[in-house]
Amino acid sequence: MTELQNDAPVRKGVPLWAQIIIWALLVGLLVIVAMGLNRAQQGTVQPGHVIDNFTLPLFSGYQFEGRSEIHLDDFRGKIVVINFWASWCKPCEQEAAEMQTAWEEYGPTGEVIFIGVDYVDTEPDARVYLKKFGITYPNGPDLATHISQYFRIKGVPETYFVDRDGVLHYVQVGPFSSIDQIRNIIDPILAE
Amino acid sequence: MSLISSKKLLPMAFFVSLLLLVLLSQSNSVLAQGEEPTDDDVNRIAKQLYCPVCESTPLDACPTEACRQWRDLIRQMLAEGKSEDEIKQYFVAQYGARVLSDPPNRLASYAVPVIAFLFGALLLFRGFRMWIKPAESEAVSSMDEAKPVQQDEYIQKMEEELNKRK
Repeated sequence: MTELQNDAPVRKGVPLWAQIIIWALLVGLLVIVAMGLNRAQQGTVQPGHVIDNFTLPLFSGYQFEGRSEIHLDDFRGKIVVINFWASWCKPCEQEAAEMQTAWEEYGPTGEVIFIGVDYVDTEPDARVYLKKFGITYPNGPDLATHISQYFRIKGVPETYFVDRDGVLHYVQVGPFSSIDQIRNIIDPILAE
Repeated sequence: MSLISSKKLLPMAFFVSLLLLVLLSQSNSVLAQGEEPTDDDVNRIAKQLYCPVCESTPLDACPTEACRQWRDLIRQMLAEGKSEDEIKQYFVAQYGARVLSDPPNRLASYAVPVIAFLFGALLLFRGFRMWIKPAESEAVSSMDEAKPVQQDEYIQKMEEELNKRK
């Protein structure tokens, strides 16, 4: 019996430092995967979230009050309607006329600003689209998709309504079917 | 005024012809720059790009309208005389570095998965070795101990019968 015990293989474990590194790397990888999955399942930015400032360069011909780029912070105290669209997006065409009508209705009050964010698009096609639907509110490309990544958009069109304090009030995923639908969102924010 | 002799005319004609050839060749190169880029020219760049809308499909093979527009833009930029690098830089500036099939930060992009894989493999290797070694030694010792027990009556009879027949 004693011989058997002496002949038993001596287990040489992984050194402690190697174990720590291996487990740290594995945990790190799991955290990265978990963060990615969490982000994928999070959906868009939710109402109640304070929207951080962003800068949107504007297409020439679509400047706002002579400015070639706009910053969200410039519009604190106003209701901001941020519409993500693209010229290749057929559902965007369904709401394009309604968005422009709403801009013509609310823009002159000075209390509401519409911003068009052109997502993953080419400028020539974007210009054709804007001209086709007679869109006049400030529009520009989402350079390096920074803005759409911040809002975690799931597709286009998506429209975000930010109140006077910079807090996200409502998210519309998909196109608006009528001007009344847009009014029903803006009017309560205006009344606040 | 004397007429130009045929001896002088011949070298002059040669030089004029040479000059015309040079001019013609220059006009050809200008035409080549202004030529419409072929699908192959466009796809050579397109296959290095990925549209964020359809992330897993290279631009040259993607059937969506967005990707068709991108290919048209590449064609337009090539026709304007833009180089491959200039076009790729434009796309990165417009849509971010993730559109490139070959990420710019190679060390971080390739080293992290390789290191993670190597460490994972090492962990599994060590783990398997630790499981197999004791199992093997246990199996060997149990076989030694079990030898006399496993010789049951049936096997003994079989062996006896076989010995008799020899």
